[in-house]
Amino acid sequence: MAFNIIVLAKQVPDTRNIGKDAMKADGTVNRGALPAIFNPEDLNALEQALGIKDRYPGSTITMLTMGPGRAADILREGLFRGADDGVLLTDRAFAGADTLATSYALSTAVRKIGKYDLIICGRQAIDGDTAQVGPQVAEKLNIPQVTYAEEIEEINNGKARVKRRLENGVETVESPLPLLVTVNGSARTCRPRNAKLLLKFKHAKTVTERQAENIDYIDIYSTRPYLNLTEWGVADVDADIELCGLSGSPTKVKKIENVVFQTKESKHLSGSDDEIEQLMIELIANHTIG
Amino acid sequence: MNNIIVYIETDEGAVADVSLELLTKGRSLADQLGCKLEAVAIGNHLGEVGKQVFPYGVDVLHIFNDARLSPYTTLPHTSILVNLFKQIKPQICLMGATIIGRDLGPRVSSSLGSGLTADCTSLEIGDHEDRKAGKTYKNLLYQIRPAFGGNIVAWIINPDHRPQMATVREGVMKKEVLDPLYKGEIVEHDVNDYVNADDFAVAVIERHIEKSKVNIKNAPIIIAGGYGVGSKENFDLLYDLADVLGGEVGASRAAVDAGFAEHERQIGQTGVTVRPKLYIACGISGQIQHVAGMQDSSIIISINNDANAPINTMADYVITGEVETVIPKMIKYYKKNSK
Repeated sequence: MAFNIIVLAKQVPDTRNIGKDAMKADGTVNRGALPAIFNPEDLNALEQALGIKDRYPGSTITMLTMGPGRAADILREGLFRGADDGVLLTDRAFAGADTLATSYALSTAVRKIGKYDLIICGRQAIDGDTAQVGPQVAEKLNIPQVTYAEEIEEINNGKARVKRRLENGVETVESPLPLLVTVNGSARTCRPRNAKLLLKFKHAKTVTERQAENIDYIDIYSTRPYLNLTEWGVADVDADIELCGLSGSPTKVKKIENVVFQTKESKHLSGSDDEIEQLMIELIANHTIG
Repeated sequence: MNNIIVYIETDEGAVADVSLELLTKGRSLADQLGCKLEAVAIGNHLGEVGKQVFPYGVDVLHIFNDARLSPYTTLPHTSILVNLFKQIKPQICLMGATIIGRDLGPRVSSSLGSGLTADCTSLEIGDHEDRKAGKTYKNLLYQIRPAFGGNIVAWIINPDHRPQMATVREGVMKKEVLDPLYKGEIVEHDVNDYVNADDFAVAVIERHIEKSKVNIKNAPIIIAGGYGVGSKENFDLLYDLADVLGGEVGASRAAVDAGFAEHERQIGQTGVTVRPKLYIACGISGQIQHVAGMQDSSIIISINNDANAPINTMADYVITGEVETVIPKMIKYYKKNSK
C-alpha cells in the first residue's frame, strides 16, 4: 500500500521570538526584525507524513504553501526533510485573504494536484492562531477532517486510524480516505534535515527565483527536473478571482491596536492587596493576560 | 427574525460552563439588538438541557437528540447547524473556543460562506462605515481578539455575510443567571431531516482520560518556581495560578533538583529556553544558567522575599513578598477584574 499525501505548510513570522529588540520604541512590533520560519505545527504535520512514507514505501509527499515568493523556503525545507516535491501558490490576487479565502485558494490547488489520499497540516499557525484553515479546506473539498491529531496510527482498507488530543484525554477515531488531518503541537517533533537531501535539493527553485537570480548553471534545471519547484497563480488553478484575497474574505479588519509593552524600568510593589489588584488590572488592560 | 444563537456543548447531558458564559453574553447582545436569544444542543440524553439554560435567558432551545450524535463527530453536527441556520437565519452564532468549537465552527462557516473569528476576547455591537463603497452598516458584531502572538489586538467585522460567527475561550466571559424562572420554548427536531448517512463515516473507536505531556516551550504564560518556593506543596499554588491564567508551570534547576517539579519543566541552559509573553518568577534568585533560558520573555514579574535577588534587575515588576501570600492575591484579583 502506498499513499499520496499533501502537506499544507505556512511561512510565518516567529511571534514566539519577540525579544526586546523586536519591539520599537513606541511599543509596537517591528515586524522586519522577526525571522520568517516554518510554522511549528506544520513541521509536526510533515513528520506525520514522513512516518507514513516510512511505513508504506512508495508513498509520496507533496508540500503545498501559499504566500509570497520567499515562501519557497518552506518547500525546500520540506524537501530537505524527505518530501518529494513542492508547490508554491502565489499571486497578488491572493493577498489580504482571511481564513475562508485562503482555504478556497488552497482547495483549488489541491484539486489541481489531483490525486491524494491524505492532506496533513498543522493545527494552527502562530501568526493568527485561528485553527480554521484545515477544517475549511476539508469542507471545500467535501472530505472528512480529523483535528488535533497526535498520531496517524495506521491505514487499513481505505481507513485511517488517528489518535486525537482532547482537553483532558485522548480519542481514537477511524475515518475513510481521502481525509484531512490537522496535527497538534503535542505530536512528535519533526526529524532534522537529511544531509543527502540537502545536497540534492539545495538548488531547487521556482521559475521566478531562477529568473531573478540569473544563474549560470541553468542547465541543471533541465537535466534534473526534480529541482523545479512548481509555482502556480490564480489562472493556473482555475480559481474564481472573486473568491480570492480580500474580495473573497467575509471578515474584514476594522482596526488594529498595538499592545504596548512596558519599558525596562522595574516597578516595585510591596505585595499589598491594592498593589496586586492594580497590577492585575494593568495586565488585563494591556492584554498580557485574559 | 434574525436572532442570536449559541451552540451548547454538553457532556453526559451537563451543559459546559463555556456555553453558559456565552449565553450570558448572548443575552446582553440580544437585548442591545432587540432580538431573541436561541440555543442549539446536539447530542444524546439532552432531557435536562432546558432546565440548565433557560435561567440564562434563552428564548428558544433547539434540541437534536440522537444516540448517534454523541460522542461528538464533525460531520453530523456540521450538517445540523448548516441546515438549521439556513432555516432560521441567525445574525450571530457564538461557540466555545474548545476542541469541539474549533473543529465545528470553521467547517460550518466554510459551508455557509460566512466569516468566523476565533478566540475572541471581547464582543461588542457597533456600526461601520465603508467609505470606499459609501455604505454604512448598523449594529455589526465587533469581534475583538489578540493576533500575531498576542502582540496586536484586531477588531474584526463581517459586514455582508450572516451569521457573524465567533468562538470564545472558556473563562473569558462571565456567566450570570438572568432569572431562575425564565421561560423559553423547546423545539425538538427530527435529526433525520438534517443529516445524511455519509455524515456518520467517521467513528470514535475509543476515548480515555490521559494527562497531556508538559509543553512549556510554546506556553504564552509561564509561572516558574525556584528553590525559594520552599516545597512541593507550595508549587501547587503555581499550578493554580497557571490554570487561571491559561499558562504552564516551569521551574529552575534548583527546584527540580529539590524534587519540587518534574525535569521536563526545567527552564535554563540545561533545560528548556522559553520566550513567553509573560514570565512570573516565583522564589527564583536568577542565576545566569536560569536567566539564559528566559531572558527574552516579554514581561517579567519577580516575586521574591529578597528585594535584592539578582533576577529583580531584569524584571518589569518586582513584588517583594512571600510567594504563598502573593499568588493567592493574584488569582483573586485576576478573577475579580477579568470579564
